[in-house]
Amino acid sequence: MTPPPFTVIAAKPLPQETHSCWSCGAMRAAHFCGSCGKVQPPAPVDYFTFFGLPPKLNLDVAALEKEFYELSRRLHPDLNAKGGSQEQEWSLEQSSLLNDAYRTLRDPIKRTEYLLHLEGVALEEQSKSATEQARATGQIKKQIVPPDLLEEVFELNMQLEELRMQKKMGEDDPALIEEIGKHKMALEEKHDSLLQELKTYWSAWDSAIDRSRKNEAPPQERAQLTSKMVDVLNRRNYIRNLVRDVSTVLDSSN
Amino acid sequence: MAESHIVGIDLGTTNSLVAFMQGETPVVIPGEDGSNLVPSVVALDSNNQAVIGNAARLHLIETPERAVYSIKRLMGRGVEDIQEELKLFPFRVSEDLQPGEVLRIRLGDKTFTPPEISALILRQLKRNAERYFGSAITKAVITVPAYFNDAQRQATKDAGRIAGLEVLRLVNEPTAASLAYGLDKKQNGVVAVYDLGGGTFDISILKLHDGIFEVIATNGDTHLGGDDIDNLLITIALDDIRGDLGLDLHRNAEAVQAIRKAVIDAKIVLSSHLSVKLDIELPQGRRYQREIAREQFEQLIQPIIDRTVGPCRQALKDAGLKPEQIEEVVLVGGSTRIPKVRALVKELFRRDPHVDLNPDEVVALGAAVQANILGGGSEATQNMLLLDVTPLSLGIEVAGGVTDKIILRNSTIPASATQFYTTQIDGQANVAIHVLQGEREMAKDCRSLARFDLKGIPPMAAGIPRVEVKFLIDANGILNVSAREQRSGKQAEIQVQPSYGLTDDQVEGMILDSFDNAEEDFRQRQLIEARNETATILAALEKAKTSPAWGVLTSDEKKRIAKMEKALTDVNKENDYQAIRKAIDALNQGTTRLAELMMDSAVSTVLKGKSMNETDMGEGPTAPHPMAKAEFE
Repeated sequence: MTPPPFTVIAAKPLPQETHSCWSCGAMRAAHFCGSCGKVQPPAPVDYFTFFGLPPKLNLDVAALEKEFYELSRRLHPDLNAKGGSQEQEWSLEQSSLLNDAYRTLRDPIKRTEYLLHLEGVALEEQSKSATEQARATGQIKKQIVPPDLLEEVFELNMQLEELRMQKKMGEDDPALIEEIGKHKMALEEKHDSLLQELKTYWSAWDSAIDRSRKNEAPPQERAQLTSKMVDVLNRRNYIRNLVRDVSTVLDSSN
Repeated sequence: MAESHIVGIDLGTTNSLVAFMQGETPVVIPGEDGSNLVPSVVALDSNNQAVIGNAARLHLIETPERAVYSIKRLMGRGVEDIQEELKLFPFRVSEDLQPGEVLRIRLGDKTFTPPEISALILRQLKRNAERYFGSAITKAVITVPAYFNDAQRQATKDAGRIAGLEVLRLVNEPTAASLAYGLDKKQNGVVAVYDLGGGTFDISILKLHDGIFEVIATNGDTHLGGDDIDNLLITIALDDIRGDLGLDLHRNAEAVQAIRKAVIDAKIVLSSHLSVKLDIELPQGRRYQREIAREQFEQLIQPIIDRTVGPCRQALKDAGLKPEQIEEVVLVGGSTRIPKVRALVKELFRRDPHVDLNPDEVVALGAAVQANILGGGSEATQNMLLLDVTPLSLGIEVAGGVTDKIILRNSTIPASATQFYTTQIDGQANVAIHVLQGEREMAKDCRSLARFDLKGIPPMAAGIPRVEVKFLIDANGILNVSAREQRSGKQAEIQVQPSYGLTDDQVEGMILDSFDNAEEDFRQRQLIEARNETATILAALEKAKTSPAWGVLTSDEKKRIAKMEKALTDVNKENDYQAIRKAIDALNQGTTRLAELMMDSAVSTVLKGKSMNETDMGEGPTAPHPMAKAEFE
């Protein structure tokens, strides 16, 4: 009997709560009591808050790493093995949260995607419901070609089609392959330069945060910047997928 | 009451070891025979008593159908996965196994699951430790290959429980080795651990700094090891024998085991000599003799050791590192003694590997270090922390038979992912979740980890329930799942059907079985020892009756002695070892004067201060018996 169907929906984290230490009663820092050092139950906070950071996109990765190791020493189950079973459970949850937070924040793209997710914005590629629908209906998921790449993509697709035809006929056209190779390189350059573009939006975002004093960018600016960042990431993903497809075709013709 | 020691155990494919932290240094605890390595071989003797280790190796050659080796290859696996293994290893698998069911193999006319066999090996190690400390051992850290999946890890934990050990942590073998190395060297840097054991290959890349051992990437092959080299040599020998001598010994289990022992010995010799001569006694008085040059051997094994290259390259790629950026390569596992393997490692990583540490013992030593850390640490380990990773991506099966990865491989553990589910039918009370491990796109190409049924979702309209399912990979690398329906706040009941594994009830049942057998074993052993003592004291008494000292005794004394002698002889026929001991003690008491007289006389052979039965006693138990009361909580 096939299992009953289910759908998966996206999650949004809950706002931060303040706590006092269960062991000594002092107002505690997020993870362990500043007074007595005991591990605390994890609060449902976002990753930035977990590290005591504002939701800014420029980040000192070296400092983050140091904080990660410090927190690991305090929270890891191995070093809390002598606590009661409740403490052990908390340290398990805390350190998994720590690891997830660190993994997300230290990578520039993941960090950006995470912030966007906190803002309630979904990236096209990551739209799970679109993906599932595509799979269910067997249709190819519609991926919008970034407008500035339209011409290039069109031409490249033509060339790839030609290459595939040639291979079927057993023919070989080194000039064509070279052309395609050049296109691929141009795309890779574009891919890398997009990261630079993204970083300019980071700085804009961060200064909006600084100006607000509330760690919240004003709504209009916020909408503008997030949509720009989404656009950059979508274009970047598109190019990455395209480059990957081109590589596959090129590799198989060697 | 002093806390019992936590030991570190390397449960290896070929050999197993137990170690502990002695002050600032980890040391291996030897067995009764003085050797540090306990071969992972289990046999049943003619009384169906379990024999483990070196003693079992003899049984393996003489009665191979009552023995098993390399059981680690079967842990956490189903009958479908081991078809290759079955061609190369003499595992006698039960016939009526269903897909997804735990394996059962035959030893003599009894059947065992792989965790039960492993439990016997663990119990032997436990006893060795208890003999050494003179007190009970109940907690251990056990190592597993880094590339072991969830089912294989769970099986190892189950084996620990069956053996009466609380497994505080499973540690990945390369990571454990790096602990031993790091403790030794106290240096920071990027280290690669190349671990080629009897049955598994692991490559782990770690960053060591200020006592933190952080795994960056890990890869491996759980079907690759020294066993494969052995099997290749055995196959060649058998083919040779059939060709040269016209003798087909493929089905002759004893001959195959004799050949196996010979090729293993030869393989070891070739690590330090340029050639070796095989000389094997075959049935019907025939002999197989052949000279093997190291060069030939290296050609033969090249394809096998080449299989380690792919995982190494992938690990480097996942770590984002070039080979030159690895500062140190540590070798682990007996197979890394082969010169060709060392050459391959040198070529891969562009440097000479580190060969100071004993590749057979380093994993157990590392496990002891981790045991020490968990126990609260000591001066040597106070700044040490292990940050390991999960080797395989965790995914759930979604519509279309596709795997949706929710935790990626090489994620630092503990790691978690939360998914939200809702229902599509009004009043739907259950949701089925299929969890997988692996890197492939399609669920059918990944390893089925378990099926969870979320039951008891309160009846609501379709799309209304919001079930939060949390997937957590703990520090052992094992998956834990919890679920909560958010709107009602109700904990959903999770029923796990583990693949190729034992349910909690089954494990409980096995612990009790093992426990009962242990009681029986204990009684048997005590009985045998008591009877031995009886024989000794009666023989000594007989001898004493021929000595001049006997003549000095009064007839009352002689009568009393005769009475006690008869009492002992009578009770010795029964099965109550405690009664026998009482009778022995009584006779000892009663013959004290006789013993003294014999000592005084010139023809005495009894040593001063000893009673009648203390002469010629041989080995008696010197430490508290491992089955002693201390084991019970």
